[in-house]
Amino acid sequence: MAEAREPVTTLDTPIRLEYLFSAGIAQSKNLRGLAEGRFVGQRCPVCSKVYVPSRGSCPVDGVPTDEEVALGNTGTVTTFCVVNVPFAGQSIEIPYIVAQVLLDGADISFMGLIQEIPADQVRMGLRVEAVWVEPDQLGPSMASVKHFRPTGEPDAEYASYKDYT
Amino acid sequence: MFYFLHGARKVRGIDCEEVTVDQTAGADEGVLTSAHVLEYPYSRSVGPVIGAFLTGLRDGRILGASGSNGSVVVPPTEYDPETAEATGELVEVGPAGTVTSWAWIADPAPGQPLDHPFAWVLVRLDGATTSVLHVLDAPSPSEVRTGMRVRADFLPATERVGRIQDIRAFVPADDGGPG
Ligand SMILES: [Zn+2]
Repeated sequence: MAEAREPVTTLDTPIRLEYLFSAGIAQSKNLRGLAEGRFVGQRCPVCSKVYVPSRGSCPVDGVPTDEEVALGNTGTVTTFCVVNVPFAGQSIEIPYIVAQVLLDGADISFMGLIQEIPADQVRMGLRVEAVWVEPDQLGPSMASVKHFRPTGEPDAEYASYKDYT
Repeated sequence: MFYFLHGARKVRGIDCEEVTVDQTAGADEGVLTSAHVLEYPYSRSVGPVIGAFLTGLRDGRILGASGSNGSVVVPPTEYDPETAEATGELVEVGPAGTVTSWAWIADPAPGQPLDHPFAWVLVRLDGATTSVLHVLDAPSPSEVRTGMRVRADFLPATERVGRIQDIRAFVPADDGGPG
C-alpha cells in the first residue's frame, strides 16, 4: 500500500563503460620510453619533422614514421594557461600552469604542468626541463613526468618556436 | 590522448579507474593496452509524469497516461505521442497484460536484469493501448509466445525505491485474459 512518503522526483541512472584502450605500436614505444624516464619520438622520412608522442605516421605526408628519435629532457614553453578555477577532484593547488612544451629537437609540443616557479612568472619562451618521479615509480604513462621546471637558461628567441604556437 | 595512460583519479565525482597496463606483450615490442572504466553517476530529474509513474511503482501500482481518443500510454508521457496534445489524468493499468513481442536472451550479459536466461518482452498491460518493455522470467523460450498472458512480479515493498526495476520481472500468468 502507498505510504506517506515524498513523491519520486529523481532517478539514479549510473552509466558505466568498460573498455580496453590500445595505445598502438608507435605510442607504445613512447610509453615504454616514459617508463625508462625518457622521451621517445619518431621522425618523418619525407619532411623530417619529429613527432612526440608519435602516432606512427606523418599527418602531413601520410607515410610511416619508422625512425625512432631519442629526445632530450629540456624544452621551451610555447604557450600556457593559468588555472585559477577550483574544481572537484583537483589535485594541484591553484593557481597552477598548464603549458605546451616543445622539447628540443621535436616539431610538436605537448601539454605539461609547470612547477617550481610562481605562476605569474611563467612566460612564452621559458626554458624548462622534465622532472621525473622516483625510479621505482616510473611507468608507461605521462604520470612518470612529475612536472616541468625552469632550467635557468635565457628565454628562447620567439623565432625559434613561432612555428609551433 | 597523450594523457590516456594516467593514474587512477576522480574528476567531478567521476571514477576513472583505468590503468592496469598489460606489459606481458614483451619488453621491446608489442602494443600496450590498458583496461579503462568510465563511469558517470547520473541522477536525473524525472518531471511530474514519470515522477508519478515511479512513485506508483514504489507503491506497487502501474500508472498510464490518458491520451487523446481513448488511448492509455504506458509508461506515461506528458504529451500524446500520436496527437502531441497534453495527456490527461493518470490511470492504473495491469498488473497483468499480454505479450506483444519478445526476444529470448540465452546468455545474459553482465548488468542485465536477470542472471539466468530470460526474454525481453513488450507487454500491453490490461487497460493500456501501448506496450512497455520489460523482462519475462520464463523457464525456456518454448514457453514464451506472442499473445501469452503475464503479470508483474513486484519486489517486496521494503525494496522498492521508485524505478522500473521495482517490477522484478513479468511472469507467466494463466489467467484467461483481461478480466
Ligand atoms: Zn612528414
